[in-house]
Amino acid sequence: MSESVTLYDPAPAVRRRRGKGFNWARLLRYLLLLFFLIVVLIPVYVLVITSFKENATASQAWFLPENWSLENWKSAWMGFKGLPAIGPALGRTVGMVVPAAIISSFLGSMNGFVLSRWRIPYSNVIFTLILFGMFIPYQSVMVPLYQIVHGLGLPPGTPSLIFLHVVYGIPITTLIFRNYYESIPNELIESSRVDGAGMLKTYSRVVLPLSVPSFVVVLIWQFTSAWNDFLFALFFSSGNNGPVTLALYSMAGGSMLQDYGASMAAAIMSSLPTLLVYILLGKYFVGGLMSGSVKG
Amino acid sequence: MPKKLRRYGPPLLLISPSLILIGVFVYALIIANFRTSLTDITTAPQTTGLAPHRIVWFENYINLFKSDAFQHSLKNLILYTVTFLVGTMFLGFLWAWLLEKRDRFEGIFRTVFLFPMAVSSVAAGVIWRWLLNSNQGTRASGLNRLFQLLHLDFLQNNWWNNNSIGIMAIAMAAIWQLSGYVMALFLAGFRGIPDELREAARVDGASEWKLYRHVLFPQLSPVALSALIIIGHMSLKAFDLIVSISKPANYQTKVPAVDMYIFKSQYYYASAAAVGVILLAFVLVLIVPYLVRMTKREK
Repeated sequence: MSESVTLYDPAPAVRRRRGKGFNWARLLRYLLLLFFLIVVLIPVYVLVITSFKENATASQAWFLPENWSLENWKSAWMGFKGLPAIGPALGRTVGMVVPAAIISSFLGSMNGFVLSRWRIPYSNVIFTLILFGMFIPYQSVMVPLYQIVHGLGLPPGTPSLIFLHVVYGIPITTLIFRNYYESIPNELIESSRVDGAGMLKTYSRVVLPLSVPSFVVVLIWQFTSAWNDFLFALFFSSGNNGPVTLALYSMAGGSMLQDYGASMAAAIMSSLPTLLVYILLGKYFVGGLMSGSVKG
Repeated sequence: MPKKLRRYGPPLLLISPSLILIGVFVYALIIANFRTSLTDITTAPQTTGLAPHRIVWFENYINLFKSDAFQHSLKNLILYTVTFLVGTMFLGFLWAWLLEKRDRFEGIFRTVFLFPMAVSSVAAGVIWRWLLNSNQGTRASGLNRLFQLLHLDFLQNNWWNNNSIGIMAIAMAAIWQLSGYVMALFLAGFRGIPDELREAARVDGASEWKLYRHVLFPQLSPVALSALIIIGHMSLKAFDLIVSISKPANYQTKVPAVDMYIFKSQYYYASAAAVGVILLAFVLVLIVPYLVRMTKREK
Protein backbone atom coordinates (compact mmCIF):
# COMPACT_ATOMS: atom_id res chain seq x y z
CA MET A 1 0.00 0.00 0.00
CA SER A 2 1.01 3.54 -0.52
CA GLU A 3 1.50 4.19 3.20
CA SER A 4 4.22 1.60 3.52
CA VAL A 5 5.98 3.00 0.52
CA THR A 6 6.07 6.50 1.95
CA LEU A 7 7.17 5.11 5.31
CA TYR A 8 10.20 3.52 3.76
CA ASP A 9 11.03 6.11 1.17
CA PRO A 10 14.45 7.41 2.25
CA ALA A 11 14.01 10.58 0.15
CA PRO A 12 17.46 12.01 0.81
CA ALA A 13 16.53 15.20 -1.01
CA VAL A 14 14.03 16.14 1.68
CA ARG A 15 16.25 15.40 4.67
CA ARG A 16 15.76 18.47 6.75
CA ARG A 17 18.18 20.48 8.81
CA ARG A 18 21.27 18.50 8.05
CA GLY A 19 24.79 19.79 8.53
CA LYS A 20 23.76 23.04 10.14
CA GLY A 21 26.31 22.50 12.89
CA PHE A 22 25.36 21.77 16.48
CA ASN A 23 21.68 21.63 17.17
CA TRP A 24 20.20 21.30 20.68
CA ALA A 25 16.85 20.03 19.44
CA ARG A 26 18.52 17.24 17.55
CA LEU A 27 20.66 16.26 20.54
CA LEU A 28 17.55 16.07 22.72
CA ARG A 29 15.83 13.93 20.11
CA TYR A 30 18.72 11.50 20.01
CA LEU A 31 18.93 11.28 23.80
CA LEU A 32 15.22 10.49 24.05
CA LEU A 33 15.43 7.97 21.23
CA LEU A 34 18.41 6.29 22.84
CA PHE A 35 16.60 6.08 26.17
CA PHE A 36 13.57 4.40 24.54
CA LEU A 37 15.83 2.12 22.53
CA ILE A 38 17.36 0.82 25.76
CA VAL A 39 13.97 0.41 27.44
CA VAL A 40 12.59 -1.55 24.48
CA LEU A 41 15.66 -3.78 24.40
CA ILE A 42 15.78 -4.57 28.14
CA PRO A 43 13.56 -7.66 27.78
CA VAL A 44 15.84 -8.93 25.01
CA TYR A 45 18.92 -8.54 27.21
CA VAL A 46 17.24 -10.51 30.00
CA LEU A 47 16.09 -13.19 27.60
CA VAL A 48 19.53 -13.75 26.12
CA ILE A 49 21.57 -13.73 29.33
CA THR A 50 19.13 -15.91 31.27
CA SER A 51 19.03 -18.50 28.51
CA PHE A 52 22.79 -19.03 28.88
CA LYS A 53 22.83 -19.31 32.68
CA GLU A 54 23.09 -22.70 34.30
CA ASN A 55 21.63 -21.98 37.72
CA ALA A 56 19.91 -18.64 37.56
CA THR A 57 19.82 -17.17 41.07
CA ALA A 58 17.54 -14.24 41.73
CA SER A 59 20.25 -11.93 43.08
CA GLN A 60 22.42 -12.39 39.98
CA ALA A 61 19.45 -11.90 37.70
CA TRP A 62 20.59 -8.78 35.86
CA PHE A 63 24.27 -9.71 35.45
CA LEU A 64 25.98 -11.58 32.67
CA PRO A 65 26.36 -15.33 33.26
CA GLU A 66 29.57 -16.43 35.02
CA ASN A 67 29.83 -19.50 32.82
CA TRP A 68 28.04 -19.36 29.52
CA SER A 69 26.24 -22.68 29.23
CA LEU A 70 24.17 -24.32 26.52
CA GLU A 71 22.35 -26.56 29.02
CA ASN A 72 19.07 -24.62 28.80
CA TRP A 73 19.11 -24.63 25.03
CA LYS A 74 19.61 -28.39 25.03
CA SER A 75 16.85 -29.13 27.48
CA ALA A 76 14.42 -26.79 25.71
CA TRP A 77 15.17 -28.40 22.35
CA MET A 78 14.83 -31.97 23.65
CA GLY A 79 12.06 -31.31 26.19
CA PHE A 80 12.36 -31.99 29.90
CA LYS A 81 10.22 -33.18 32.84
CA GLY A 82 7.79 -34.61 30.30
CA LEU A 83 7.15 -31.17 28.78
CA PRO A 84 6.81 -30.96 25.00
CA ALA A 85 10.13 -30.42 23.22
CA ILE A 86 10.69 -27.30 21.14
CA GLY A 87 12.66 -29.06 18.37
CA PRO A 88 9.83 -31.23 16.97
CA ALA A 89 7.29 -28.47 17.67
CA LEU A 90 9.28 -26.14 15.39
CA GLY A 91 9.11 -28.77 12.65
CA ARG A 92 5.34 -29.14 13.07
CA THR A 93 4.90 -25.37 12.98
CA VAL A 94 6.74 -25.09 9.67
CA GLY A 95 4.58 -27.90 8.26
CA MET A 96 1.46 -26.03 9.35
CA VAL A 97 2.39 -22.44 8.53
CA VAL A 98 3.80 -22.90 5.02
CA PRO A 99 0.77 -24.58 3.42
CA ALA A 100 -1.59 -22.26 5.30
CA ALA A 101 0.22 -19.17 4.00
CA ILE A 102 0.36 -20.43 0.40
CA ILE A 103 -3.29 -21.50 0.20
CA SER A 104 -4.62 -18.29 1.74
CA SER A 105 -2.45 -16.18 -0.56
CA PHE A 106 -4.02 -17.74 -3.62
CA LEU A 107 -7.54 -17.37 -2.26
CA GLY A 108 -6.84 -13.74 -1.40
CA SER A 109 -5.40 -13.07 -4.84
CA MET A 110 -8.46 -14.48 -6.62
CA ASN A 111 -10.85 -12.54 -4.40
CA GLY A 112 -8.85 -9.35 -4.71
CA PHE A 113 -8.82 -9.63 -8.49
CA VAL A 114 -12.55 -10.23 -8.81
CA LEU A 115 -13.50 -7.56 -6.29
CA SER A 116 -11.30 -4.83 -7.75
CA ARG A 117 -10.91 -5.40 -11.46
CA TRP A 118 -13.69 -7.66 -12.65
CA ARG A 119 -16.59 -5.56 -11.53
CA ILE A 120 -19.49 -7.57 -10.24
CA PRO A 121 -22.63 -6.04 -8.75
CA TYR A 122 -22.35 -5.06 -5.09
CA SER A 123 -18.63 -5.78 -5.01
CA ASN A 124 -18.15 -3.09 -2.34
CA VAL A 125 -20.75 -4.67 -0.11
CA ILE A 126 -19.29 -8.14 -0.62
CA PHE A 127 -15.86 -6.79 0.18
CA THR A 128 -17.01 -5.14 3.40
CA LEU A 129 -18.81 -8.32 4.47
CA ILE A 130 -15.61 -10.31 3.91
CA LEU A 131 -13.51 -7.68 5.68
CA PHE A 132 -15.72 -7.83 8.75
CA GLY A 133 -14.36 -11.33 9.44
CA MET A 134 -10.99 -9.79 10.23
CA PHE A 135 -12.28 -7.84 13.20
CA ILE A 136 -14.44 -10.34 15.04
CA PRO A 137 -13.11 -11.70 18.30
CA TYR A 138 -12.66 -15.41 17.64
CA GLN A 139 -14.13 -16.03 21.08
CA SER A 140 -17.48 -15.15 19.54
CA VAL A 141 -17.40 -18.17 17.20
CA MET A 142 -15.19 -20.53 19.19
CA VAL A 143 -17.81 -22.78 20.77
CA PRO A 144 -19.66 -23.75 17.56
CA LEU A 145 -16.35 -23.70 15.66
CA TYR A 146 -14.97 -26.30 18.03
CA GLN A 147 -18.07 -28.45 17.52
CA ILE A 148 -18.04 -28.08 13.73
CA VAL A 149 -14.32 -28.83 13.31
CA HIS A 150 -14.72 -31.95 15.42
CA GLY A 151 -17.92 -32.80 13.58
CA LEU A 152 -16.12 -32.59 10.22
CA GLY A 153 -13.64 -35.12 11.56
CA LEU A 154 -10.63 -32.87 10.98
CA PRO A 155 -7.79 -34.29 13.10
CA PRO A 156 -6.57 -31.90 15.80
CA GLY A 157 -3.15 -30.35 15.26
CA THR A 158 -1.74 -29.46 11.86
CA PRO A 159 -4.79 -30.26 9.62
CA SER A 160 -7.26 -28.32 11.79
CA LEU A 161 -4.91 -25.38 12.17
CA ILE A 162 -4.14 -25.14 8.44
CA PHE A 163 -7.85 -25.07 7.74
CA LEU A 164 -8.54 -22.38 10.36
CA HIS A 165 -5.68 -20.12 9.29
CA VAL A 166 -6.84 -20.37 5.68
CA VAL A 167 -10.46 -19.55 6.54
CA TYR A 168 -9.77 -16.68 8.91
CA GLY A 169 -6.94 -15.41 6.70
CA ILE A 170 -9.34 -14.70 3.81
CA PRO A 171 -10.28 -11.14 4.91
CA ILE A 172 -6.75 -9.75 5.31
CA THR A 173 -5.36 -11.47 2.21
CA THR A 174 -8.32 -10.25 0.13
CA LEU A 175 -7.80 -6.74 1.47
CA ILE A 176 -4.10 -6.59 0.62
CA PHE A 177 -4.56 -7.98 -2.88
CA ARG A 178 -7.58 -5.83 -3.64
CA ASN A 179 -5.76 -2.66 -2.67
CA TYR A 180 -2.81 -3.70 -4.79
CA TYR A 181 -4.87 -4.59 -7.87
CA GLU A 182 -6.65 -1.24 -7.70
CA SER A 183 -3.29 0.26 -8.66
CA ILE A 184 -2.95 -1.85 -11.82
CA PRO A 185 -3.92 0.27 -14.84
CA ASN A 186 -7.33 -0.70 -16.15
CA GLU A 187 -6.06 -0.57 -19.74
CA LEU A 188 -3.95 -3.66 -19.16
CA ILE A 189 -6.99 -5.66 -18.21
CA GLU A 190 -9.23 -4.10 -20.84
CA SER A 191 -6.77 -4.81 -23.63
CA SER A 192 -6.54 -8.42 -22.57
CA ARG A 193 -10.34 -8.53 -22.61
CA VAL A 194 -10.45 -7.01 -26.07
CA ASP A 195 -8.06 -9.68 -27.25
CA GLY A 196 -10.80 -12.09 -26.34
CA ALA A 197 -9.22 -13.50 -23.22
CA GLY A 198 -11.65 -14.77 -20.60
CA MET A 199 -11.45 -13.97 -16.95
CA LEU A 200 -9.22 -16.88 -16.01
CA LYS A 201 -6.84 -16.14 -18.83
CA THR A 202 -6.66 -12.45 -17.91
CA TYR A 203 -6.01 -13.44 -14.32
CA SER A 204 -3.31 -15.98 -15.03
CA ARG A 205 -1.56 -14.17 -17.93
CA VAL A 206 -1.85 -10.51 -16.96
CA VAL A 207 -2.64 -10.14 -13.29
CA LEU A 208 -0.79 -13.01 -11.65
CA PRO A 209 2.65 -12.14 -13.08
CA LEU A 210 2.21 -8.58 -11.74
CA SER A 211 1.29 -9.82 -8.28
CA VAL A 212 4.70 -10.86 -7.00
CA PRO A 213 5.18 -7.94 -4.58
CA SER A 214 1.83 -8.42 -2.91
CA PHE A 215 2.34 -12.16 -2.78
CA VAL A 216 5.48 -11.47 -0.77
CA VAL A 217 3.59 -9.16 1.59
CA VAL A 218 0.71 -11.60 2.06
CA LEU A 219 2.92 -14.67 2.44
CA ILE A 220 4.99 -12.92 5.11
CA TRP A 221 1.93 -11.64 6.88
CA GLN A 222 0.19 -15.01 6.97
CA PHE A 223 3.42 -16.76 7.90
CA THR A 224 3.96 -14.45 10.85
CA SER A 225 0.42 -14.43 12.14
CA ALA A 226 -0.02 -18.20 11.84
CA TRP A 227 3.38 -18.76 13.43
CA ASN A 228 2.56 -16.51 16.37
CA ASP A 229 -1.01 -17.72 16.79
CA PHE A 230 -1.86 -19.09 20.19
CA LEU A 231 -5.65 -18.99 20.49
CA PHE A 232 -6.43 -21.55 17.75
CA ALA A 233 -3.47 -23.65 18.86
CA LEU A 234 -4.86 -23.80 22.39
CA PHE A 235 -8.33 -24.89 21.29
CA PHE A 236 -7.44 -27.14 18.36
CA SER A 237 -4.19 -28.90 19.23
CA SER A 238 -2.27 -30.32 22.17
CA GLY A 239 1.34 -30.50 23.35
CA ASN A 240 2.30 -33.45 21.18
CA ASN A 241 0.68 -32.29 17.92
CA GLY A 242 0.53 -28.51 18.36
CA PRO A 243 2.71 -25.65 17.16
CA VAL A 244 5.65 -24.10 18.95
CA THR A 245 3.63 -21.41 20.78
CA LEU A 246 1.72 -24.12 22.61
CA ALA A 247 4.90 -26.02 23.51
CA LEU A 248 6.46 -22.80 24.76
CA TYR A 249 3.35 -22.01 26.77
CA SER A 250 3.39 -25.32 28.61
CA MET A 251 7.13 -25.07 29.19
CA ALA A 252 6.83 -21.57 30.67
CA GLY A 253 4.04 -22.29 33.09
CA GLY A 254 3.76 -26.04 33.48
CA SER A 255 5.50 -26.56 36.77
CA MET A 256 5.58 -24.69 40.05
CA LEU A 257 9.34 -24.35 40.08
CA GLN A 258 9.77 -22.72 36.73
CA ASP A 259 12.85 -23.41 34.76
CA TYR A 260 13.21 -19.87 33.52
CA GLY A 261 16.46 -20.50 31.72
CA ALA A 262 15.02 -23.24 29.53
CA SER A 263 11.79 -21.40 28.79
CA MET A 264 13.77 -18.32 27.79
CA ALA A 265 15.95 -20.39 25.46
CA ALA A 266 12.73 -21.84 24.07
CA ALA A 267 11.26 -18.36 23.62
CA ILE A 268 14.29 -17.32 21.56
CA MET A 269 14.16 -20.45 19.42
CA SER A 270 10.46 -20.06 18.76
CA SER A 271 10.85 -16.39 17.78
CA LEU A 272 13.90 -16.68 15.54
CA PRO A 273 12.03 -17.54 12.30
CA THR A 274 9.64 -14.60 12.51
CA LEU A 275 12.38 -12.26 13.71
CA LEU A 276 14.60 -13.26 10.78
CA VAL A 277 11.75 -12.58 8.38
CA TYR A 278 11.15 -9.23 10.05
CA ILE A 279 14.78 -8.18 9.90
CA LEU A 280 15.45 -9.40 6.36
CA LEU A 281 12.11 -8.48 4.79
CA GLY A 282 10.97 -5.71 7.13
CA LYS A 283 9.63 -3.59 4.30
CA TYR A 284 7.11 -6.25 3.30
CA PHE A 285 6.21 -6.98 6.91
CA VAL A 286 5.32 -3.33 7.43
CA GLY A 287 3.36 -3.42 4.19
CA GLY A 288 1.08 -6.07 5.65
CA LEU A 289 0.88 -4.23 8.95
CA MET A 290 -0.22 -1.01 7.31
CA SER A 291 -2.91 -2.63 5.20
CA GLY A 292 -4.45 -4.00 8.38
CA SER A 293 -5.24 -0.42 9.26
CA VAL A 294 -7.28 -0.04 6.07
CA LYS A 295 -7.51 3.66 5.32
CA GLY A 296 -7.43 6.53 7.77
CA MET B 1 -30.10 -13.56 -18.53
CA PRO B 2 -27.58 -15.91 -20.24
CA LYS B 3 -25.48 -12.87 -21.10
CA LYS B 4 -25.43 -11.79 -17.47
CA LEU B 5 -24.63 -15.31 -16.42
CA ARG B 6 -21.72 -15.43 -18.84
CA ARG B 7 -20.49 -12.09 -17.53
CA TYR B 8 -20.87 -12.61 -13.80
CA GLY B 9 -20.83 -16.42 -13.58
CA PRO B 10 -17.07 -17.03 -13.78
CA PRO B 11 -16.00 -14.28 -11.30
CA LEU B 12 -18.65 -15.39 -8.83
CA LEU B 13 -17.48 -18.97 -9.25
CA LEU B 14 -13.89 -17.89 -8.59
CA ILE B 15 -14.73 -16.22 -5.29
CA SER B 16 -17.45 -18.66 -4.23
CA PRO B 17 -15.16 -20.85 -2.07
CA SER B 18 -14.19 -17.79 -0.03
CA LEU B 19 -17.76 -16.51 0.13
CA ILE B 20 -19.03 -19.86 1.37
CA LEU B 21 -16.25 -20.19 3.94
CA ILE B 22 -16.78 -16.67 5.28
CA GLY B 23 -20.55 -17.13 5.21
CA VAL B 24 -20.32 -20.30 7.26
CA PHE B 25 -17.36 -19.65 9.53
CA VAL B 26 -18.08 -16.02 10.32
CA TYR B 27 -21.78 -15.29 9.92
CA ALA B 28 -23.42 -18.68 10.48
CA LEU B 29 -21.18 -19.40 13.44
CA ILE B 30 -21.96 -16.05 15.04
CA ILE B 31 -25.64 -16.99 14.84
CA ALA B 32 -24.98 -20.52 16.09
CA ASN B 33 -22.96 -19.13 18.95
CA PHE B 34 -25.75 -16.71 19.85
CA ARG B 35 -28.18 -19.60 19.91
CA THR B 36 -25.91 -21.63 22.20
CA SER B 37 -25.72 -18.65 24.54
CA LEU B 38 -29.50 -18.90 25.01
CA THR B 39 -29.42 -22.58 26.06
CA ASP B 40 -28.61 -24.43 29.27
CA ILE B 41 -25.69 -26.43 27.85
CA THR B 42 -23.51 -26.91 30.94
CA THR B 43 -22.57 -30.61 30.92
CA ALA B 44 -20.36 -32.74 28.69
CA PRO B 45 -23.18 -34.93 27.27
CA GLN B 46 -25.14 -31.82 26.30
CA THR B 47 -22.18 -30.42 24.35
CA THR B 48 -22.22 -33.41 21.98
CA GLY B 49 -26.00 -33.65 21.77
CA LEU B 50 -26.20 -36.89 23.79
CA ALA B 51 -28.32 -35.17 26.42
CA PRO B 52 -31.14 -32.75 25.61
CA HIS B 53 -30.89 -29.04 26.24
CA ARG B 54 -33.50 -26.31 26.41
CA ILE B 55 -33.69 -22.61 25.69
CA VAL B 56 -33.38 -20.42 28.77
CA TRP B 57 -33.28 -17.13 26.83
CA PHE B 58 -31.15 -14.48 28.51
CA GLU B 59 -30.62 -16.28 31.82
CA ASN B 60 -26.91 -16.84 31.14
CA TYR B 61 -26.38 -13.15 30.45
CA ILE B 62 -28.26 -12.12 33.58
CA ASN B 63 -26.25 -14.55 35.70
CA LEU B 64 -22.99 -13.35 34.17
CA PHE B 65 -23.66 -9.68 34.77
CA LYS B 66 -24.85 -10.39 38.31
CA SER B 67 -21.74 -12.38 39.27
CA ASP B 68 -18.90 -10.63 41.04
CA ALA B 69 -16.39 -12.70 39.10
CA PHE B 70 -17.60 -11.47 35.73
CA GLN B 71 -17.91 -7.90 36.93
CA HIS B 72 -14.29 -8.20 38.00
CA SER B 73 -13.41 -9.33 34.45
CA LEU B 74 -15.25 -6.38 32.92
CA LYS B 75 -13.55 -3.95 35.27
CA ASN B 76 -10.19 -5.50 34.37
CA LEU B 77 -11.00 -5.17 30.68
CA ILE B 78 -11.73 -1.46 31.09
CA LEU B 79 -8.54 -0.85 33.09
CA TYR B 80 -6.49 -2.84 30.60
CA THR B 81 -7.98 -1.03 27.61
CA VAL B 82 -7.50 2.44 29.07
CA THR B 83 -3.89 1.78 30.14
CA PHE B 84 -3.05 0.12 26.86
CA LEU B 85 -4.64 2.87 24.75
CA VAL B 86 -3.06 5.75 26.64
CA GLY B 87 0.36 4.06 26.68
CA THR B 88 0.52 3.01 23.04
CA MET B 89 -0.94 6.26 21.72
CA PHE B 90 1.46 8.37 23.77
CA LEU B 91 4.61 6.36 22.99
CA GLY B 92 3.64 5.68 19.40
CA PHE B 93 3.01 9.33 18.72
CA LEU B 94 6.14 10.49 20.53
CA TRP B 95 8.37 8.03 18.68
CA ALA B 96 6.89 8.99 15.32
CA TRP B 97 7.42 12.67 16.11
CA LEU B 98 11.02 12.06 17.15
CA LEU B 99 11.71 10.07 13.98
CA GLU B 100 9.74 12.22 11.61
CA LYS B 101 12.75 14.42 10.77
CA ARG B 102 14.54 11.60 8.94
CA ASP B 103 17.62 11.99 11.10
CA ARG B 104 20.52 9.62 10.71
CA PHE B 105 19.96 6.11 12.15
CA GLU B 106 16.20 6.56 11.83
CA GLY B 107 15.96 3.06 10.32
CA ILE B 108 17.64 1.43 13.31
CA PHE B 109 15.36 3.09 15.84
CA ARG B 110 12.29 2.29 13.78
CA THR B 111 13.29 -1.34 13.39
CA VAL B 112 13.91 -1.76 17.11
CA PHE B 113 10.71 -0.01 18.18
CA LEU B 114 8.62 -2.18 15.89
CA PHE B 115 10.34 -5.54 16.47
CA PRO B 116 8.21 -6.69 19.47
CA MET B 117 5.29 -6.98 17.04
CA ALA B 118 7.07 -9.75 15.16
CA VAL B 119 7.38 -11.82 18.34
CA SER B 120 4.52 -14.00 19.55
CA SER B 121 2.64 -12.90 22.66
CA VAL B 122 3.56 -16.21 24.25
CA ALA B 123 7.27 -15.52 23.83
CA ALA B 124 6.78 -11.96 25.08
CA GLY B 125 4.85 -13.45 27.98
CA VAL B 126 7.81 -15.62 28.98
CA ILE B 127 10.02 -12.56 29.46
CA TRP B 128 7.39 -10.35 31.05
CA ARG B 129 6.32 -13.10 33.43
CA TRP B 130 9.89 -12.97 34.70
CA LEU B 131 10.17 -9.17 34.65
CA LEU B 132 6.88 -8.78 36.53
CA ASN B 133 7.73 -11.36 39.19
CA SER B 134 6.06 -10.21 42.41
CA ASN B 135 8.75 -11.47 44.80
CA GLN B 136 10.46 -8.72 46.80
CA GLY B 137 13.33 -8.32 49.24
CA THR B 138 15.93 -11.10 49.14
CA ARG B 139 13.83 -13.22 46.77
CA ALA B 140 13.28 -10.41 44.28
CA SER B 141 14.00 -10.95 40.61
CA GLY B 142 12.90 -9.20 37.46
CA LEU B 143 12.05 -5.52 37.64
CA ASN B 144 11.88 -5.57 41.43
CA ARG B 145 15.51 -6.72 41.54
CA LEU B 146 16.46 -4.05 39.02
CA PHE B 147 14.88 -1.41 41.27
CA GLN B 148 16.98 -2.72 44.19
CA LEU B 149 20.16 -2.50 42.12
CA LEU B 150 19.28 1.08 41.17
CA HIS B 151 18.55 1.89 44.85
CA LEU B 152 14.93 2.55 44.01
CA ASP B 153 13.64 -0.09 46.46
CA PHE B 154 10.45 1.83 47.15
CA LEU B 155 9.31 1.16 43.58
CA GLN B 156 9.13 -2.60 44.21
CA ASN B 157 5.59 -3.89 43.96
CA ASN B 158 3.40 -6.91 43.34
CA TRP B 159 2.90 -6.16 39.64
CA TRP B 160 0.17 -8.37 38.17
CA ASN B 161 -0.33 -10.10 41.53
CA ASN B 162 -2.71 -7.39 42.72
CA ASN B 163 -6.44 -7.90 42.72
CA SER B 164 -7.54 -4.39 41.88
CA ILE B 165 -4.96 -2.99 39.43
CA GLY B 166 -2.74 -5.99 38.61
CA ILE B 167 -4.05 -6.04 35.05
CA MET B 168 -2.31 -2.71 34.42
CA ALA B 169 1.05 -4.47 34.82
CA ILE B 170 0.11 -6.76 31.95
CA ALA B 171 -0.98 -3.74 29.93
CA MET B 172 2.64 -2.53 30.31
CA ALA B 173 3.81 -5.60 28.43
CA ALA B 174 1.15 -4.96 25.78
CA ILE B 175 2.36 -1.38 25.45
CA TRP B 176 5.88 -2.71 24.89
CA GLN B 177 4.53 -4.98 22.16
CA LEU B 178 2.34 -2.54 20.24
CA SER B 179 3.64 1.02 20.62
CA GLY B 180 5.84 0.42 17.59
CA TYR B 181 2.76 -0.35 15.54
CA VAL B 182 1.14 2.95 16.49
CA MET B 183 4.45 4.64 15.69
CA ALA B 184 4.40 3.12 12.21
CA LEU B 185 0.86 4.40 11.67
CA PHE B 186 1.73 7.94 12.78
CA LEU B 187 4.99 7.93 10.86
CA ALA B 188 3.11 7.02 7.69
CA GLY B 189 0.74 9.86 8.56
CA PHE B 190 3.60 12.36 8.89
CA ARG B 191 5.12 11.17 5.63
CA GLY B 192 1.79 11.55 3.87
CA ILE B 193 1.65 15.30 4.59
CA PRO B 194 2.71 17.19 1.46
CA ASP B 195 5.97 19.12 1.87
CA GLU B 196 4.31 22.23 0.44
CA LEU B 197 2.33 22.59 3.66
CA ARG B 198 5.52 22.84 5.73
CA GLU B 199 7.15 25.18 3.28
CA ALA B 200 4.12 27.45 3.18
CA ALA B 201 4.01 27.64 6.98
CA ARG B 202 7.75 28.42 7.12
CA VAL B 203 7.39 31.15 4.53
CA ASP B 204 4.63 32.62 6.69
CA GLY B 205 7.20 32.76 9.50
CA ALA B 206 5.67 30.08 11.73
CA SER B 207 7.99 28.81 14.46
CA GLU B 208 8.85 25.10 14.56
CA TRP B 209 6.41 24.49 17.42
CA LYS B 210 3.62 26.44 15.75
CA LEU B 211 4.23 24.52 12.55
CA TYR B 212 3.58 21.27 14.40
CA ARG B 213 0.80 22.51 16.62
CA HIS B 214 -1.30 24.27 13.97
CA VAL B 215 -0.29 22.69 10.68
CA LEU B 216 1.02 19.14 11.05
CA PHE B 217 -0.76 17.68 14.11
CA PRO B 218 -4.27 18.47 12.81
CA GLN B 219 -3.41 16.54 9.65
CA LEU B 220 -2.88 13.45 11.78
CA SER B 221 -6.31 13.24 13.37
CA PRO B 222 -7.67 10.64 10.91
CA VAL B 223 -4.60 8.48 11.63
CA ALA B 224 -5.16 8.90 15.36
CA LEU B 225 -8.77 7.78 15.00
CA SER B 226 -7.77 4.68 13.02
CA ALA B 227 -5.09 3.86 15.56
CA LEU B 228 -7.57 4.23 18.43
CA ILE B 229 -10.05 1.91 16.77
CA ILE B 230 -7.48 -0.73 15.85
CA ILE B 231 -5.74 -0.69 19.22
CA GLY B 232 -9.09 -0.58 21.02
CA HIS B 233 -10.38 -3.65 19.27
CA MET B 234 -7.11 -5.50 19.83
CA SER B 235 -7.43 -4.73 23.49
CA LEU B 236 -10.92 -6.25 23.67
CA LYS B 237 -9.56 -9.47 22.16
CA ALA B 238 -6.49 -9.61 24.45
CA PHE B 239 -5.90 -13.13 25.65
CA ASP B 240 -2.52 -14.62 24.66
CA LEU B 241 -0.37 -12.16 26.57
CA ILE B 242 -2.55 -12.20 29.69
CA VAL B 243 -2.60 -15.98 30.08
CA SER B 244 1.10 -16.22 29.22
CA ILE B 245 2.07 -13.83 31.98
CA SER B 246 -0.31 -14.76 34.76
CA LYS B 247 -1.97 -18.07 33.67
CA PRO B 248 -5.74 -18.47 33.15
CA ALA B 249 -6.50 -19.68 36.67
CA ASN B 250 -5.39 -16.40 38.24
CA TYR B 251 -8.39 -14.39 39.36
CA GLN B 252 -6.38 -11.15 39.64
CA THR B 253 -5.91 -10.61 35.93
CA LYS B 254 -8.83 -12.36 34.27
CA VAL B 255 -10.77 -10.66 31.48
CA PRO B 256 -13.84 -11.90 29.54
CA ALA B 257 -11.68 -13.66 26.92
CA VAL B 258 -10.08 -15.69 29.73
CA ASP B 259 -13.51 -16.48 31.23
CA MET B 260 -14.60 -17.77 27.84
CA TYR B 261 -11.67 -20.20 27.72
CA ILE B 262 -12.32 -21.45 31.25
CA PHE B 263 -16.07 -21.87 30.72
CA LYS B 264 -15.41 -23.76 27.51
CA SER B 265 -12.94 -26.15 29.14
CA GLN B 266 -15.42 -26.85 31.96
CA TYR B 267 -18.21 -27.67 29.45
CA TYR B 268 -20.15 -24.52 30.38
CA TYR B 269 -20.71 -23.96 26.66
CA ALA B 270 -23.72 -21.72 27.24
CA SER B 271 -21.77 -19.24 29.39
CA ALA B 272 -18.74 -19.46 27.10
CA ALA B 273 -20.96 -18.56 24.14
CA ALA B 274 -22.57 -15.71 26.06
CA VAL B 275 -19.16 -14.21 26.86
CA GLY B 276 -18.34 -14.48 23.15
CA VAL B 277 -21.49 -12.58 22.23
CA ILE B 278 -20.69 -9.86 24.77
CA LEU B 279 -17.17 -9.44 23.36
CA LEU B 280 -18.54 -9.32 19.84
CA ALA B 281 -20.99 -6.61 20.86
CA PHE B 282 -18.14 -4.47 22.22
CA VAL B 283 -16.16 -4.90 19.01
CA LEU B 284 -19.18 -4.10 16.83
CA VAL B 285 -19.62 -0.73 18.53
CA LEU B 286 -16.08 0.16 17.46
CA ILE B 287 -15.83 -1.49 14.08
CA VAL B 288 -19.17 -1.06 12.33
CA PRO B 289 -19.03 2.77 12.09
CA TYR B 290 -15.45 2.40 10.87
CA LEU B 291 -16.36 -0.10 8.14
CA VAL B 292 -19.38 1.94 7.04
CA ARG B 293 -17.30 5.10 6.83
CA MET B 294 -14.70 3.26 4.80
CA THR B 295 -17.20 1.79 2.34
CA LYS B 296 -18.81 5.18 1.81
CA ARG B 297 -15.50 6.83 1.11
CA GLU B 298 -14.59 4.19 -1.47
CA LYS B 299 -17.65 4.99 -3.56
